[in-house]
Amino acid sequence: MSFSRETDHGTPPALAGAQSVNVTIDGQSVAIPEGTSIMRAASLIGGAIPKLCATDNVASFGSCRLCLVEIDGRNGYPASCTTPVAEGMVVHTQTERLKKLRRGVMELYISDHPLDCLTCGANGDCELQDQAGAVGLRDVRYGYDGATNMGQPKDQSNPYFDFDPSKCIVCSRCVRACDEVQGTFALTIQGSGFGSKVAASQNNDFLSSECVSCGACVQACPTASLIEKKVVEIGKPERAVVTTCAYCGVGCTFRAEMRGEEVVRMVPWKEGKANRGHSCVKGRFAWGYAQHQDRILKPMVRASIDQPWREVSWEEAITHTASEIRRIQAQYGARSVGGITSSRCTNEETFLVQKLIRQGFGNNNVDTCARVCHSPTGYGLKTTFGTSAGTQDFDSVQHSDVILVIGANPTDGHPVFASRMKKRLRRGARLIVIDPRRIDLVKSPHIHADHHLPLRPGTNVAMLTAIAHVIVTVGLANEVFIRERCDWDEYQDWAEFVSQPERSPEAIEALTGVPSHEVRAAARLFATGGNGAIYYGLGVTEHSQGSSTVMAIANLAMATGNVGREGVGVNPLRGQNNVQGACDMGSFPHEFTGYRHVSDTQTRELFERAWGVSLDSEPGLRIPNMLDAATDGSFKALFVQGEDILQSDPNTHHVAAGLAAMECVIVQDLFLNETANYAHIFLPGSTFLEKDGTFTNAERRIQRVRKVMEPLNGYADWEIVQLLANAMGLSWGYAHPSQIMDEIAALTPTFAGVNYDALDAQGSLQWPVNEGAPDGTPTMHLDGFSRGKGKFVVTDYVPTDEKTGPRFPLLLTTGRILSHYNVGAQTRRTANVAWHPEDLLEVHPSDAENRGIKDGDWVLLRSRAGETTLRAQVTERVAPGVVYTTFHHPMTQANVITTDYSDWATNCPEYKVTAVQIGLSNGPSDWQARYEAQARQSRRIDTPVAAQ
Amino acid sequence: MTRVFISQDMASIALGVDAVAQAFRDAGCDVVRTGSRGLFRIEPMVEIEDGDRRIGYGPVGPQDVAAILSGSHPNRLGNVADLAFFASQQRFTFARCGVVDPLSDADYAAHGGWRGLEKALGLDRQDVVDCVKASGLRGRGGAGFPTGIKWQTVLGAPGSEKFIVCNADEGDSGTFADRMLMEGDPFCLIEGMAIAAHAVAASHGYIYVRSEYPFAIETMRKAIELAAGRIAPFTLEVREGAGAYVCGEETALLDSIEGKRGQVRAKPPLPALEGLFGKPTVINNVLSLAAVPFILDKGPEAYASVGFGRSRGTMPVQLAGNVRNGGLYEIGFGITLGALVNDIGGGTNSGRPVRAVQVGGPLGAYFPPSMFHLPFDYEAFAEAGGLIGHAGITVFDDSVDMAHMARFAMEFCSVESCGKCTPCRIGSTRGVEVIDRIIAWRGGRQGAGVALPHGLGAALYSRSPERMQSDAAAQTALLRDLCDTMKFGSLCALGGFTPYPVLSALDYFPEDFGAVAAAAEVVEPVR
Repeated sequence: MSFSRETDHGTPPALAGAQSVNVTIDGQSVAIPEGTSIMRAASLIGGAIPKLCATDNVASFGSCRLCLVEIDGRNGYPASCTTPVAEGMVVHTQTERLKKLRRGVMELYISDHPLDCLTCGANGDCELQDQAGAVGLRDVRYGYDGATNMGQPKDQSNPYFDFDPSKCIVCSRCVRACDEVQGTFALTIQGSGFGSKVAASQNNDFLSSECVSCGACVQACPTASLIEKKVVEIGKPERAVVTTCAYCGVGCTFRAEMRGEEVVRMVPWKEGKANRGHSCVKGRFAWGYAQHQDRILKPMVRASIDQPWREVSWEEAITHTASEIRRIQAQYGARSVGGITSSRCTNEETFLVQKLIRQGFGNNNVDTCARVCHSPTGYGLKTTFGTSAGTQDFDSVQHSDVILVIGANPTDGHPVFASRMKKRLRRGARLIVIDPRRIDLVKSPHIHADHHLPLRPGTNVAMLTAIAHVIVTVGLANEVFIRERCDWDEYQDWAEFVSQPERSPEAIEALTGVPSHEVRAAARLFATGGNGAIYYGLGVTEHSQGSSTVMAIANLAMATGNVGREGVGVNPLRGQNNVQGACDMGSFPHEFTGYRHVSDTQTRELFERAWGVSLDSEPGLRIPNMLDAATDGSFKALFVQGEDILQSDPNTHHVAAGLAAMECVIVQDLFLNETANYAHIFLPGSTFLEKDGTFTNAERRIQRVRKVMEPLNGYADWEIVQLLANAMGLSWGYAHPSQIMDEIAALTPTFAGVNYDALDAQGSLQWPVNEGAPDGTPTMHLDGFSRGKGKFVVTDYVPTDEKTGPRFPLLLTTGRILSHYNVGAQTRRTANVAWHPEDLLEVHPSDAENRGIKDGDWVLLRSRAGETTLRAQVTERVAPGVVYTTFHHPMTQANVITTDYSDWATNCPEYKVTAVQIGLSNGPSDWQARYEAQARQSRRIDTPVAAQ
Repeated sequence: MTRVFISQDMASIALGVDAVAQAFRDAGCDVVRTGSRGLFRIEPMVEIEDGDRRIGYGPVGPQDVAAILSGSHPNRLGNVADLAFFASQQRFTFARCGVVDPLSDADYAAHGGWRGLEKALGLDRQDVVDCVKASGLRGRGGAGFPTGIKWQTVLGAPGSEKFIVCNADEGDSGTFADRMLMEGDPFCLIEGMAIAAHAVAASHGYIYVRSEYPFAIETMRKAIELAAGRIAPFTLEVREGAGAYVCGEETALLDSIEGKRGQVRAKPPLPALEGLFGKPTVINNVLSLAAVPFILDKGPEAYASVGFGRSRGTMPVQLAGNVRNGGLYEIGFGITLGALVNDIGGGTNSGRPVRAVQVGGPLGAYFPPSMFHLPFDYEAFAEAGGLIGHAGITVFDDSVDMAHMARFAMEFCSVESCGKCTPCRIGSTRGVEVIDRIIAWRGGRQGAGVALPHGLGAALYSRSPERMQSDAAAQTALLRDLCDTMKFGSLCALGGFTPYPVLSALDYFPEDFGAVAAAAEVVEPVR
């Protein structure tokens, strides 16, 4: 495949549903939707009007003046980018007059542009170069001794791209992309006239500016003014492969632009239905971990965890692993072993791991990291709606009128979707934010929440019930919807419950700390503002009432009739790239693929027939149960693929004790992660760049992951699992992940229509994909809930047992930051550390002052579970009484602090509420020093001395 | 007590009128401050009330009080309204300016004010729009677009929120009519905007005044306060510009009011459909809106009855530069350029022959006296390669160097360019450079000892010397190409009209560009 950029039609498409008009362009008649620019119309029929300032992901601007055309009956030379087609219009795009004008404009451009094309990073991939050729510029008669903007210093502060103002043609594409696509408004044109130049923030360098390094400006730049450092270093790509990002649950698709086996850059794919051509700093730039020196490429084993690692052949590693599992099962029983599937691996790989456990280990001891994030979503939405997934696609937000964000921080956690949401908000949708922190959505450029309800952590259920109280008691419930779509009796029970005086905003004011009139106003807005959509994240699920909160959200959506069409719905923002997929693929100990219970005989028999074994009808152990069983001595071996439970799961001491009690811990990962400190066998994993497969994002969208390079470790992860399965005697014979998907489709009704040919043809598919919905299901519950009638569930507020008191007066809540991803295993091994080199503890100024803590001080953070130290950031983003930190750095080990409390229904840990105390500290704690030493010790690798 | 009328116009104050006013107050007179009558040769002027007449004295100083009050001052002008300069005008818009106390509602009403609004409020919106259409009023900001049609578009545009925006960012050098009206008769503008608001169903209006007009800003703000009851429920506010010429361009002005960087928007969408904050917006010049009360009051026929061709009604012409009778002269369209310069303006102030006049501000064409037969009319000027613009006329005598004037046009554009579109952003700077080369070449050829600008010569075209020529003929050809690119390629009138002064200077005054000799000589390319 030879390299070329995606076609750029210059201006965005007309609004959907526009009427067609007939125009004639250079003699060619064509019907084009009204509102389309002449430029786009010409491009769609294969013509190419010269252009520089136009690009089709931002609104037309009309500044470069290259795209001038002549229109019969109109004076002058209108710009084709800003002139819409009209019925009967006759356009000429190539006349002698136009040629002369375009050459005149280009002559001016080049009179202020360095002529170093041969040594320029954009050589061969430069629109200015292309257009100079297209208009036939041969001379620059102005000479080169006049005024110039050349010779300005380059800004190389951003770790991923350079800004060279000398090569800037002031087309404003970067500024417009920052405004319109990303919504950060970090860039501007400074000065005027000939001195106009692009500036970040108040003429800062890019790194210190408000720039979030999403890459939209770099993508938009038509010259080498904004260019990826990798392109400068490597050169122009020679081929491009479309694949899916391995970071968050947005599931952005990218063109991996390659030169040989080297990734030159990742460019967001405009056809991608999840990201629509946009990206964030992680997916766009932070993929260097794939080649990081820390990556382990050879299998390793050791007899005990105090020994150094010994590199072995794949054959030895696999044989050893299989024999250890069989040994332990023989000694301690079939149920003494289990595994954890990875939300970062593909659907196919996840499917194989749970298949290995159910078919090969002969038990249901399989769980996944969704246990610690969105398991309450699965439970709550299945109970109320009948399907364990969000109801909408991301495009839906364009039709929302009121957006309610609760327990999510999209601009950091799901930045590409946040940009879509902000675009809608800038166009007039209203916003309600329920979050203890003043997240960026509450107030940022051109975004302002109508209501921010900064509730005390742990009071979500009380808050949502109070909102329901207002809606029901004021008479704003959508009775027509409820009667038609939901169980009326259950609704009445629920309505009676929420109407109780003790559920009112006034009654819970002391509990939540939010003024009742704000709650009432927010409730009225949500119920009366038009299409209401709810977006939520781990701030909802990671509580002891996580499942209750999800159901309270579902109740609210049903009560206001906001389910079953575009613009509404209940939308969990999933944390990891394939956490939806991992759940879909039967990663839970009680469910087969498609959320079918293991006790369901019909389903079990289906799998038994397919796999030729009899399967356990008893649910297996959840992760916390496995760890408990390990410390009790009944659980002895664990296979962990692509997951770092020691760092990510709550109460680190307890996790460590559980792991240490096992006889064989097998870790399959890219790096020697924290869990690997307790492992006996290490199987090197492969990155998303090195394998084929699929990821399923938060929209239930199944998208292809495509191999762009050979696995550095020798095998894709699915191949490794297959090797292990075969070593255990299972005789699998998958030659390609597409065959695994075929098996999934055959065994899973909601995936019945999914196969690689269909995915390649359509780009992506949203499950359910079956006979009833051969093209997938963008919006769920259209004509009725998948369970039949929507179920209202009474969600009594049961406060967590984790309570503040004199010893632990503050509430700690945790979260994510834009530049990092989860435990940071990937992002810490990229230049993203430039933005966030360590975890910080956000403390309100009054809490800081009471304790003599200043910005940047080391503080000791203590809870009933443990203690750690980190540095303080004094900020009003958190309310008094609340502290906040991220969990990206192992040195901090925020989860030493978090407790064993968990969701009543799903055991999802209560990360978001921990009673703590903080105080000044001298630096890292003794425990941190010990941990660091132990980790160093555990990561030793014996290098065999070469025989003489 | 003697009533004395003394202007408080910014120009009058610049001429020292405040000291005169104080001297009359000290002498116990009842001093009424007015706008300016508009003839600055006779200012500072005082007008002594004498029954229905006002006897003018000017120019005078504070020391002249006694002589004036005794009627013995030599600069006695007689009844001001009878002076030929004033008596020969057709003051439709400026009827009250210089006569009334600008902030006296009673004075305004007594001089025919508010009648237009009253009539308008008694009419359907469509009837008001039809009335303006019938008057033939065209945009006085320069483009000459029919005001009634613009209003019709806004009236027909869907939307419950619409705006009236008055463009009072009078940035053209040599123009001052907007300022004089805002300082001398602010209620007239307010009435015009209120009529527009009724016509298109707008609820709020903005007057965007350049920051260089502090008196106008103050006067307008006070007048808006005083008139609030008269125009309710319509409301008005003044927004101050920040010094950018380009914000006089209507879409850049809208961006500026919205709080953005003043940058020209591409059209479509028309501001009439998607204007201020994306809402349908009437945006008109001060003079267009101030003409409306007359039209409603006296009827469209009265307005349309004067004028020439498709240019109906009157134009407040502003005479400036090297001219004897500098000031404001409102007259029906059709008067010749020569009559304005020589008869009304009285020729140059220096007494030397007129060599050129620039009509329409810094972006207007230069005309030699051979074009003085041109009637003052949008179409006639356009046909002659010029424009009426905001009707500012700047006069130059025979000492002017037209190459330098052409250079000034490019320089003005480069200073004021917003930087959005390429022809204007880069072209204006290159234009200055090209003209500099022509001037340098001209100086060198003529042996006047003018050194070439630094680096010019070998460094110029060092990349392809054999193909390039730096002589006046080649550079002039390049300048013409550049003007073509700017004129037809620019996004707005700033870049698009800058070629008018440049090309007209080239066409009418080729000798100033060394053209005669250049055609005859073969010039070696510079090595």
